[in-house]
Amino acid sequence: MGYIHVSMDIDRLEQFTAESPDPDAPAIRIAEMRGATKRYGDVLAADNLNLTIFKGEFLSFLGPSGCGKTTALRMLAGFEEPTSGDILLDGEVVNSVPAHRRPVNMVFQHYALFPHLNVADNISYGLRQQRPKPPKDQIDDAVRQTLETVRMPGFGPRRIWEMSGGQQQRVALARALINQPKLLLLDEPMAALDRKLRRDMQIELQSLQRKLGITFVLVTHDQEEALSMSDRIAIMRGGRIVQIGSPRDLYDRPNSRYVADFVGKSNFIDGVVAEIDGPKIALKTPDGQKLQGMAVGQLAKGDAATISLRPEQCSLARKQPSNTQAGMRLPVKIINRIFLGEHTEYLVKTENFGDFLVLVPRQAETAEGRFEPGDDAWLYWQTSSALVLQAD
Amino acid sequence: MQPRVKTWLFLMPAGLWFLTMLVLPLVVVFIFSFGERGAAGGYVPAFTLDQYANLPARWAAFRNTLTLAPIGTVVCLLIAYPLAYFLALRTTPKWRTLLLILVIVPFWTSILIRSYAWIFILGGRGLPTLISALGLGDVQLINTPFAVLVGIVYGYLPLMVFPIFVSLERLDKRLLEASSDLGCPPWRSFLNVTLPLSMPGVATGCMLVFILLMGEFLIPAILGGGKVFFVGNALVDLFLQSRNWAYGSAVAVTLVAIMLVTVTAYMRFTRRWAGGRDDVSLM
Ligand SMILES: Nc1ncnc2c1ncn2[C@@H]1O[C@H](COP(=O)(O)OP(=O)(O)OP(=O)(O)O)[C@@H](O)[C@H]1O
Ligand SMILES: [Mg+2]
Repeated sequence: MGYIHVSMDIDRLEQFTAESPDPDAPAIRIAEMRGATKRYGDVLAADNLNLTIFKGEFLSFLGPSGCGKTTALRMLAGFEEPTSGDILLDGEVVNSVPAHRRPVNMVFQHYALFPHLNVADNISYGLRQQRPKPPKDQIDDAVRQTLETVRMPGFGPRRIWEMSGGQQQRVALARALINQPKLLLLDEPMAALDRKLRRDMQIELQSLQRKLGITFVLVTHDQEEALSMSDRIAIMRGGRIVQIGSPRDLYDRPNSRYVADFVGKSNFIDGVVAEIDGPKIALKTPDGQKLQGMAVGQLAKGDAATISLRPEQCSLARKQPSNTQAGMRLPVKIINRIFLGEHTEYLVKTENFGDFLVLVPRQAETAEGRFEPGDDAWLYWQTSSALVLQAD
Repeated sequence: MQPRVKTWLFLMPAGLWFLTMLVLPLVVVFIFSFGERGAAGGYVPAFTLDQYANLPARWAAFRNTLTLAPIGTVVCLLIAYPLAYFLALRTTPKWRTLLLILVIVPFWTSILIRSYAWIFILGGRGLPTLISALGLGDVQLINTPFAVLVGIVYGYLPLMVFPIFVSLERLDKRLLEASSDLGCPPWRSFLNVTLPLSMPGVATGCMLVFILLMGEFLIPAILGGGKVFFVGNALVDLFLQSRNWAYGSAVAVTLVAIMLVTVTAYMRFTRRWAGGRDDVSLM
């Protein structure tokens, strides 16, 4: 592979947030997007993307269909040149370096395996493009090892169409991994797999990433996938990155209603900021009630805002809870109950704020008694668990 | 009704057609080839190998067919591949349709008319005049193997372009991106991915053109001016002019035999070449 000449710039930077394999290692910037923008005619597919990717991390782009995830990935891979802004690899601007001269490999959504080559030849394809060509026995060894890494030993002579979707996916992964790319890009690699297989592959992919220490950039619109696998997630919307952070950050401190809605489930109450008291905010709802919550980000009096409340932070009671027990309480009617094993999910109807989801853990449920659809109950929560976010 | 019986019923018309239009005439020709010519022409039953012994008399026709058909096929391929590649991968959909129509249009006019156009172009007042006017000397173009080759390539090009175009059009473009992603520069991606995956189209096109060229007689008759004739012309002559049906049959049987051998060899070759893939269609 024609490697671009690079000078490592090893900055001591703030650690990227989540549990990295070696928390004390300095964070190395492997790739950067600086104001990367891509237009297709009138369509702004990627809008001013700013992002640093650190060595060894597992980063995901998460967002709904058409939000520009693939475009972002294709700019990193070298299939698209940014209309404006820069893409950096190892500190060098690579905007116009074509894909075949970037030390970056991609696992395509539909695998894009070469149908005229067998598994071994597919996997060795990248090595065989290097000049000078590595010796044959070296290539064979690498193929054998990589097949073992993806747990498919002995599959070398197989034809592509003689394999299941899951096996093809492993081959696609092996074909990229064998080149030991600086950056492994994965565009919805699990989209074509069934649920069970997808779960298995997610776990496997994650442990593989930890083991090999290769930097992974995954594109997905499946929030569960992103949450369970990534060190950091970039949430995208309409071509922009709206928030970057660890799964926990995004879940606990979403910076907008959009993120709170996209990462996990949440209940929302819209209103206008009425009082600000340090981090505490009182939100005035359209029907005149005042609800308390904790501010996330900058909010000023009079701003339109939303209270976001995670279902597991809500509780249900038969009798009206006392003031000390609850920060906020509302009378509700139980609409539906879904048994989820560990938890039971209730759908309840409030008088003024629409339907709420409430997640009750098993122990709490036995203590409180079970609610049946149609029952009247009290919904309550702690003020500290209600986040006040910018409305969209 | 049993599914088997149903299948047979559905296949009946095709089977009958195949039997009466293909097998029966071949059998008749095969039998005739061992017969003799009647005094006033036609066929007299006999069993003799005289007709086959006589084949060398038509050597020139076989030689012309067996050189110009393969050469014509190869030249067609060399022109058609870049054209099909351009059409399939380098044009916008709007232009593609227009250009494809341009490739088909000649097919809508009779080969006879198109060949006459070539008579004019290659004839005394056409290209040769231009060439001598440029001071490049006198050349004879019409009534030469070259003229026949030009006619052949012109007439059969669409048959070569279409199968190749289809296979290139069907080519998954993401494979080219994958190749590039794995460090392969564009021209090598062509050799590694595009070319092998368009081979089914190449094989189909070559087969079609070659088989049809082996039986060609109009183009050599018009552009060869009786000097460059194919086996097809020999057959016309033997069946319609000299009415020597037995000898004609022997020539025909020989042609069919040569075709069977070359086509079988070709299929063997392409199949081995394709590495036993079952998705390579040869026809
Ligand atoms: N080659 C192209 N030409 C024109 N518009 C394009 C092109 N590729 C993408 N777009 C547009 O850019 C926007 C972003 O597309 P992109 O493929 O990046 O979305 P995505 O987030 O990957 O979506 P999905 O989850 O559906 O794959 C879309 O509106 C899309 O229609
Ligand atoms: Mg996409």
